[in-house]
Amino acid sequence: MAVFVYAENINGVYKKAAFEAVSYAKAVADQAGETVTAISVNPTDSSDLLYKYGATNVINIKDEGLKNFSAKAYAQAVSEVLDGNTIVFPHTTDASSVAPMLAVMKNFSLITNVLEAPESQSPFQVKRRAFSGKGFMHAKAEGSGVIVTVSQNAFGVKENAVSGSEEVKNLSVANEDTKVISHEQSSGKLDLKEAEVVVSAGRGMKGPENWGMVEDLANVLGAATACSKPVSDIGWRPHTEHVGQTGKAISPNLYIAIGISGAIQHLAGVNSSKTIVVINSDAEAPFFKSADYGVVGDAFQILPALTEKIKAIKG
Amino acid sequence: MKILVCISSVPDTTSKINFTADKSAFDKNGIQWVINPLDEFALTKAIKLQESQGATVTVLNVGDATTEPVIRKALAIGANDAVRVNLDPKDSYSTAKEIASVAQNGGYDLVLCGKESIDYNGGSVPGMVAQLLSQPFVNASVGLDINGNEATAVREIEGGKETISVKLPAVFAGQKGLVDEKDLIIPNMRGIMSARTKPLQVVEPTSSEVKVQGVSYDSVPPRAAVKMVSPDNLDELVRLLHEEAKVI
Ligand SMILES: Cc1cc2nc3c(=O)[nH]c(=O)nc-3n(C[C@H](O)[C@H](O)[C@H](O)COP(=O)(O)OP(=O)(O)OC[C@H]3O[C@@H](n4cnc5c(N)ncnc54)[C@H](O)[C@@H]3O)c2cc1C
Repeated sequence: MAVFVYAENINGVYKKAAFEAVSYAKAVADQAGETVTAISVNPTDSSDLLYKYGATNVINIKDEGLKNFSAKAYAQAVSEVLDGNTIVFPHTTDASSVAPMLAVMKNFSLITNVLEAPESQSPFQVKRRAFSGKGFMHAKAEGSGVIVTVSQNAFGVKENAVSGSEEVKNLSVANEDTKVISHEQSSGKLDLKEAEVVVSAGRGMKGPENWGMVEDLANVLGAATACSKPVSDIGWRPHTEHVGQTGKAISPNLYIAIGISGAIQHLAGVNSSKTIVVINSDAEAPFFKSADYGVVGDAFQILPALTEKIKAIKG
Repeated sequence: MKILVCISSVPDTTSKINFTADKSAFDKNGIQWVINPLDEFALTKAIKLQESQGATVTVLNVGDATTEPVIRKALAIGANDAVRVNLDPKDSYSTAKEIASVAQNGGYDLVLCGKESIDYNGGSVPGMVAQLLSQPFVNASVGLDINGNEATAVREIEGGKETISVKLPAVFAGQKGLVDEKDLIIPNMRGIMSARTKPLQVVEPTSSEVKVQGVSYDSVPPRAAVKMVSPDNLDELVRLLHEEAKVI
C-alpha cells in the first residue's frame, strides 16, 4: 500500500516543506518496499517537482470550493482520496491544522513534530521533538493507520528522482463554516521556519532604528530575520519574528544571535539549529554555553564589519 | 454566550527537563507547574469576552488532582467555574476525547485552546476536539471578535495573516497576539480569595483509548565547547563558518 504525503502549496506553488515531506515519505516507502503518492489541493506548479523527490503518483484535487483554506474542508478532501494507512504532512501551520482533523476522521494515530525516519514501521515508532526542544520522545503508534507531521528543516530535502504520473480528482467538498474576508501576505520575505540561515537579534540592539544592520547581514547571507520575545513585546519587530518557547521553534543550518542573552525560553526555540553563532558584549551571557562560535564585543561595531567580510567571500 | 477554555498544566518555562533513570518517562521531581503559556492567551481572551459580552467562562483541565493549583489560578484570573476530568492524560487523542465530551454536554458556543502545549508539543488536541465535535477549527489565532453567532478571527499564516468569519459554535487555538502580552491577567488578592470558593467539578473520564505511546525519552546532547573568536579577527569567524561548519 502506497505511502501518502500531503504536498502543501501556497497559492498553487509548492513550499519547500512540501518537498521535505515528500523526501520523508520516500524514506518511509523505501523502508517498506512501497511507492509514494502525493496529494495536493489545487496546485498550479508542475507535478514534476514532486517526482523529483520521489513521488510516483500525484493526485491533484481540483475543487473551486477549496480555493480558500479551511482546516475541516481540507481534511475532508484529503480523506476522500486517501487510500492507504500512512500519510506524511509537513509541520506547517496549515498542515498541522488539517492533520488532527484527518486523524479523527480516519481513526488514525497522529505523531507530530517528527525529526527522523521511523525506527520501525510495525508498530510505527519515531523520534519526535518534545519539551520545546529540551528533550526528545520516541513515540509509538497504536493501531494500523498513522499520520506524521515532519518538523521543518529536520529531515531535509533529498532529491530522489522517479518517473511519475498525475491524476486529477474533481471534488466538491462543502466549505460553509468559514469564509475568508481578507488575506495579507508579505511578498518577497523569506519564511522564517523554512530559512536555512536566520539572523536574530535581541534587546541588545537598543531600538528598532538599529535593525538596518541586522537586515544588511541577513541580506548578504540570504537569511530570514528573527528576534527575542521582549523585542516583539515592545513592538520593535512584528511578533511573527519572535522565536523561542512561546514563539516559533526553528532549526536552521546557521543561527546568528546578536545581543540576545540566551535565556532558557529563548534557547528552547532555537537550540536545534545546526550551527549557532553568538555575538554579545557580555562575556558571561548564558548563550555562549549553547553556541558553537562566539564573539564577545559590541554588535554595533561587529555587524557592519562582518557583513562586509561575508559580502567579500560571497561576491 | 458560554466559553470553554482548555488549559494544560505544564512545567514552568525555566524548568530543566530530566527523564527517569530508565528514560521511560518525564521526571516530575522538583517541577513547578504553570498554566501552559499559550493557553493563557486563550484564557485572557475569554475573560475579555466575559467583560464585554457577559459571557460565562469555564476552564477545563484533563488531569489528576495535582493540577488543581493550576486550575485555581485560572479561576483567580477570572473564570467563573472549572471542570477537571480525572485522568492523567496519556496522549493527545485521549485528552481531546475527554474535552469533546465535556464540550458536547455543556453546549458551549466557543472552545478556546492554546495552539500547543510546551511540554509534549503535540499541537493536536484543538483540531481533534473540533473534529470530534464536527465544528469549524481555526488554528494559530491572533485575533478574535464575536458578533452574535458569528466570529471574526485572524489567523497567522506563513508570511502573513488571514481574516475569516466563522459560524459558531467553533474551536479556536490561540497564541501570542490573541491578546496583548501586557494584558495577560496576573491574579490579585481578591481573585485568589474568590477562586477558593468557585465551583470546581471533578468528572470521571469516559474512555481510556490511547493512540500514541511515549516509549522512551532522551535529553538533548550537549554541544561541543564554544570556539571563541576575537572581535578583531572576524576573518577567522568567516573562515570557520565557511570551511569548518560549511554553513556559508
Ligand atoms: C513564560 C515565558 C515565556 C518566554 N518565552 C520566550 C520566547 O519564546 N522567546 C524569547 O526570546 N524569550 C522568551 N521569554 C523571555 C526570556 O526569559 C528572556 O527574557 C528573553 O529571551 C531575553 O531577551 P533578550 O536576550 O533580547 O534581552 P536581554 O535579556 O535584555 O539581553 C540582551 C543581551 O544583549 C546584550 N547586549 C547589550 N548591548 C549589546 C551590544 N551593544 N552588543 C552586543 N550585545 C549587547 C546583553 O549583554 C544581553 O545579553 C519568556 C519568558 C517567560 C517568563
